[in-house]
Amino acid sequence: MQTSRAPGVAFIFKKALISALVALVLFSLMIGVRTEAGSDGQLTYWTRFGDLAMMVATVFGGSIVVELLRQWWGPVGTVRVVPPQVTSALSLGARLVAPVLLIFTFLVPVIFYNERYILDLGILVLTYVMLGWGLNVVVGLAGLLDLGYVAFYAVGAYSYALLATNFGLSFWICLPLAGILAAFWGVLLGFPVLRLRGDYLAIVTLAFGEIIRLVLLNWQSVTGGPNGVTGIPRPTMFGIPLSPGDDGLAAMLRIEFSPTHRIVFLFYLILALALLTNWVTIRLRRLPIGRAWEALREDEVACRALGINTTTTKLTAFATGAMFGGLAGAFFATRQGFISPESFTFHESALVLAIVVLGGMGSQLGVALAALAMIGGFELFRGLDQYRMLVFGMAMVLLMIWRPRGLIGHRAPTVFLERNQAISSDLVKEGHG
Amino acid sequence: MTASSPTTPLLAIRGLRAAYGKIEALKGVDIEVGAGEIVALIGANGAGKSTLMMTVFGRPRARAGRIEYDGQDITGVPTHEIARLRIAQSPEGRRIFPRMSVAENLQMGADATNSSEADRASGLERIFNLFPRLKERMTQRGGTLSGGEQQMLAIGRALMSRPRLLMLDEPSLGLAPLIARQIFDAIRTLNRQDGLTVLIVEQNANHALKLAHRGYVMVNGLITLSGTGSELLQRPEIRAAYLEGGRRG
Repeated sequence: MQTSRAPGVAFIFKKALISALVALVLFSLMIGVRTEAGSDGQLTYWTRFGDLAMMVATVFGGSIVVELLRQWWGPVGTVRVVPPQVTSALSLGARLVAPVLLIFTFLVPVIFYNERYILDLGILVLTYVMLGWGLNVVVGLAGLLDLGYVAFYAVGAYSYALLATNFGLSFWICLPLAGILAAFWGVLLGFPVLRLRGDYLAIVTLAFGEIIRLVLLNWQSVTGGPNGVTGIPRPTMFGIPLSPGDDGLAAMLRIEFSPTHRIVFLFYLILALALLTNWVTIRLRRLPIGRAWEALREDEVACRALGINTTTTKLTAFATGAMFGGLAGAFFATRQGFISPESFTFHESALVLAIVVLGGMGSQLGVALAALAMIGGFELFRGLDQYRMLVFGMAMVLLMIWRPRGLIGHRAPTVFLERNQAISSDLVKEGHG
Repeated sequence: MTASSPTTPLLAIRGLRAAYGKIEALKGVDIEVGAGEIVALIGANGAGKSTLMMTVFGRPRARAGRIEYDGQDITGVPTHEIARLRIAQSPEGRRIFPRMSVAENLQMGADATNSSEADRASGLERIFNLFPRLKERMTQRGGTLSGGEQQMLAIGRALMSRPRLLMLDEPSLGLAPLIARQIFDAIRTLNRQDGLTVLIVEQNANHALKLAHRGYVMVNGLITLSGTGSELLQRPEIRAAYLEGGRRG
């Protein structure tokens, strides 16, 4: 690691100065002079040099920040202006992110017990974390670009809604059924697209998502069409309802009833479902099937030559991803109490896909952070009103510049050789190639 | 190693035809590879050499003819099952998994054949003996290896399934002469020590024919010449077509 050097600093200032100059030229007319049609249609104009100076100063400062960040994340061999202490502290911080985040998530309902808004937001973020992790199996690991992931979310939601309202089945029976049904639809989608990759696959999956939505919209007799399904039962804590009645959980524990109990319960429910998704994915990655998914993403021809059945590999990826989408969908239905096709538009698919791509395809922590940033950030910028989308778009552009592989682009290997390390270490010396 | 009688070759290809759409790439090819032999298949670009290797693996499917492996007809067997018959392939252009580590790449070679933990360990040791460089690179991503190392990895990965027949498609492609020689030396070692049967497709005719016990020359989807390696090296038409000017010691 190189320490700071004078040319680096000079270079940064020079670059910032040039950027500021370009900004001055560009903005002097765009911002510096404001023209408008006067009352009689004549041209009136006035100057706004204060605003112009502010913009140029922002560009100058921003350019320095950009350059510093770039050098810090830049390729090996660039002059590092950021002192090594800071980088080492940051790398320590990076290792602690996952456990700290997890502990914090567990404590959210305790800390924010009285803040309904934060709890609801937490549930929303966790739902998208789970969807992101589910889609990550298909897109991140198996490399199959799926633009219709919302279809499985919808299948899961409608499975629970219809089974519960028509047959009175409980949430805990419907949850696995929703997962199985979604997985089944995943296989159903998988079959026709087995030979497709990349753009073609994306188009077909996109169409599949729309087909499911249109069927839900038009099959009035079963799905209620645009009116959706109402009165979906709330989840029970393994049979004990979270209601103010005498048989409710509050009465049973002899504590005062509060509607927050249900919210907290939902929070931990989606947290458990998301962690299940994460755990299963991590386990699968270490098994031959998970390795086969990743190898499939890398090179399909090589996979076949190595004796991997690409058909079953693809179908299991679709089915696994779809199953998690279905579980999340069932949760969504029980949380909302009402669902309609409107909740399952392409926008949702795009959002989940953006989370996976921004997170760094295949990285579990990256996906969780991206979901937090996308959903949480969206709420955070609500105060910025009309600038919200601007800020959001800028953040995305910046991310793609510095982290083209996503927040966490690095992938952890799954095969380790501790046991074999000792076998022939004497050979290493001969390894002149 | 299972003993097969000396009269039946390990791989026998008879009257094989294959095509991409209307373009016929193989027009009736006959090749035999005996157990324990190194057989080289040489020919110019577009002669159908790689197609022949791929057709053995079922992609593209054979239009006519038979492929027999160890006396068993494997012409219609699905691609992924052929690899489980202990035929391994190092495809053209190496095709290692670039984002996966060297260790994972090697593991992929063993996954499909359900090999035991002990087999995996001994397989790794064999590969490290052959290519000590790979051991140093175990945790590195495949894509960060040099061309020569990637070729070593591709061969190593193929060996992880403990094959009886190893098919190599242009292992010297794009490699420096010194590295190419190391690869050929490794193939010779595998053949002599383990009795591994090798079918090697090469443009580098000189190297390949020196290495091989026997060779076939392919032109426009047909075998035009065959003989022992040294015989073919002496043929004036081979020298003219594949060796003169391109000769390396």
